[in-house]
Amino acid sequence: MEITAAPMPDTRHVAHHFDDAEQQFVAAELGMWVFLATEVLFFGGVFCGYAIYRFKYAAEFIAGSHRLDVWLGTVNTAVLLTSSLTMALAVHAAQTSRRGALVRNLLLTLLLGAAFLGVKGYEYHHKFEERLVPGRNFRFVAHSAHVPESLQPAKEEKVDPRQVELFFSLYFAMTGLHALHMIIGIGVLAVLIVAAGRGAFSGGYFTPIEMTGLYWHFVDIVWVFLFPLLYLIR
Amino acid sequence: MSFHIVPRSTYFKVFAALVLLLVVTVLAAKVPLGVFNTPIALSIGLVKATLIVLYFMHVRYSPPLVRVFAAGGFLWLAIMFALTFSDVLTRH
Repeated sequence: MEITAAPMPDTRHVAHHFDDAEQQFVAAELGMWVFLATEVLFFGGVFCGYAIYRFKYAAEFIAGSHRLDVWLGTVNTAVLLTSSLTMALAVHAAQTSRRGALVRNLLLTLLLGAAFLGVKGYEYHHKFEERLVPGRNFRFVAHSAHVPESLQPAKEEKVDPRQVELFFSLYFAMTGLHALHMIIGIGVLAVLIVAAGRGAFSGGYFTPIEMTGLYWHFVDIVWVFLFPLLYLIR
Repeated sequence: MSFHIVPRSTYFKVFAALVLLLVVTVLAAKVPLGVFNTPIALSIGLVKATLIVLYFMHVRYSPPLVRVFAAGGFLWLAIMFALTFSDVLTRH
């Protein structure tokens, strides 16, 4: 692995309580990981709830999962992975003091994130039309004409619609919580794009870019697990 | 003082691996393997997450203290799952 060292950063950005820029950067990195540890456990609680009910009501979760569009889920995963690549490239551009490339990559990351949310919104709309949103209007018919025969539960299999509703409650809670994190990330990216355009970042100071990158990649990791658990259970 | 600059080629290689693993997950889900489908999907997810943490999130190049903190969150997550399922799986 080839690793090159950046030139000595200027010290204008170093706050008086830090020895040097490196100590300041590592302090920020450490703090960000503490925050991400709380996020891991925050999402972990929902994942744990999912695991318990998936274990208890396997047939219903499979029946519910079959109503999700695997193709849209796959495309969205690819969109999100690509946004992580552009975010990583943005960090590289900041480290090498290339302002144009930095703004361009941050903008691409923001647009890919928005595209992800657009597809998600389309999926939500579709679920609303199919009456699969939990609540008074929820209606699950095990053998529906909308769903291919191969994806329907076997005729003799008993599927309790109430537990399918539970699957969709978890689906909306988990993807909704994830989408909320995406919206926050997009807001932060917008602020960074403006600051980067004004030349706020360089090889000597790019802490906000790196920290936003850590957050963005974390949100990507959450989706890496949500996708197979919600869309791909058979 | 040196910030580690990960070369762009590394990012592209990791991205290619992630997309490849995504395709593998989707295809593996189509093969009926019974109880093994979910462990396989989760294992692939774990590999993807590890690649993201090590390269995109630069933990591979971070100081040891940062690495310990990064591992800490996942350690507590493992404890939460272990204790929860030691209860759920042993109930009658």
